[in-house]
Amino acid sequence: MKKLTFKSENISKLYNRKIIFEKISFLLNEGTAFAVTGKNGSGKSTLVKILCGVLTPTKGLIEFTVDGKLVPYPDYYPHIGLVSPYLNLYEEFSAEENLSFIMKVRSLGSESVQRAEMLLHEFGIYDHRKKEVKYYSSGMKQRLKYCAALLHEPSVLVLDEPSSNLDQYGIEAVRKFMKIQKQNGILIFATNDKDDLEFADTVYSVENGKR
Amino acid sequence: MTFITSYHIFIKEFVSEFRTRYALNALLMFVVTTLSIILFSIGKESPTQDILSGTLWIVIFFSAMSGLSRTFVAEEERGTSMTLRLLVNSSSVYIGKLFYNFILILVLSVIIGISYLLFIKEFTVKSFDIFWMTIFLGSAGLASASTILAAIIAKANTKGTLFPVLAFPILLPLLLTCINATKLSTEGAFMSEAVKEFQILISFTVVMVATSFLVFDFVWKD
Repeated sequence: MKKLTFKSENISKLYNRKIIFEKISFLLNEGTAFAVTGKNGSGKSTLVKILCGVLTPTKGLIEFTVDGKLVPYPDYYPHIGLVSPYLNLYEEFSAEENLSFIMKVRSLGSESVQRAEMLLHEFGIYDHRKKEVKYYSSGMKQRLKYCAALLHEPSVLVLDEPSSNLDQYGIEAVRKFMKIQKQNGILIFATNDKDDLEFADTVYSVENGKR
Repeated sequence: MTFITSYHIFIKEFVSEFRTRYALNALLMFVVTTLSIILFSIGKESPTQDILSGTLWIVIFFSAMSGLSRTFVAEEERGTSMTLRLLVNSSSVYIGKLFYNFILILVLSVIIGISYLLFIKEFTVKSFDIFWMTIFLGSAGLASASTILAAIIAKANTKGTLFPVLAFPILLPLLLTCINATKLSTEGAFMSEAVKEFQILISFTVVMVATSFLVFDFVWKD
């Protein structure tokens, strides 16, 4: 297992001079699950985007190390997998084509083909793999997002509302992979679902701080 | 950044375009419409080669404006830009999209050029080498400027109107040079006489690509 540290130091975000959140600090190591909670509009999704490197914080510092080497912020993309409602895959492509595109741009080896098939099976969309994503239901799209996020075996898996749009089968598949991620890397998720929160070692409320 | 990653983004853009027809149909319809308007407005008049050289580049400019922004706007509208940001570094995205825009506008300019030569009888090119070289270098310049502008306006609310407004002052030196070079081609000038125009077009493209490459990371990330 890789040695990982993920540190957030006093990060704050302002939009048009309005404070979304401020001074959020935490330190995570491999083998931990970190949950972010908070009311709607409290900035959970903004925090998730900042942690993934797709938004930059107004103030504060984020440090991510893999085996003691500092990964330059915000270029975390080789190490991070994100699943969220605002993240979409290409609807004009099939599930297979989407995953194949991801494999190519991430320069993943041939073993990722088997991993893609395994993930499609695990999330129950293998039989629909040749269908264009625009014909998928919202639940199937959510399952495909998990396949895409897990394809490169990320060191850090970030989930925004992990069980949204999913039926019981999908939720079970997600929880299985959340458990695996917690053992092998770092799991960060934003949720208000009590069942999801049971996975967390630390729960951080955006409004009130650590619990 | 790897060129292989840029190549895969380039291929993705083409496959995506052929399936969705986001830009292609609009561009082709625009070409047909503008050429028809020019043909009708000329009527039995005989405009000078200078005027026809100018209208050729007006058609190419507005066709480019109606289609080249789609490469980034479509990513924003479909919510896939963040997916792309999580997959690859910004340089690979820029190079992939730049080459896609270049090929798209080059094909379009060639179609416009051929249609212009076929349908507008008054437009007579005597130096085809200068004419096609201008089309090639003009397309490269248009693609270099419009790719970074498309990335900027994709995040704005008034995408459609903002693009030509922002592009016009930046593209003005390019368009004037292209019009001059096209005029030379209608006058039957030698290739050596158009070298100065080609040097300006090449310099414009190099400066635009280098500047865009440096600022693209900031535009793309936040």
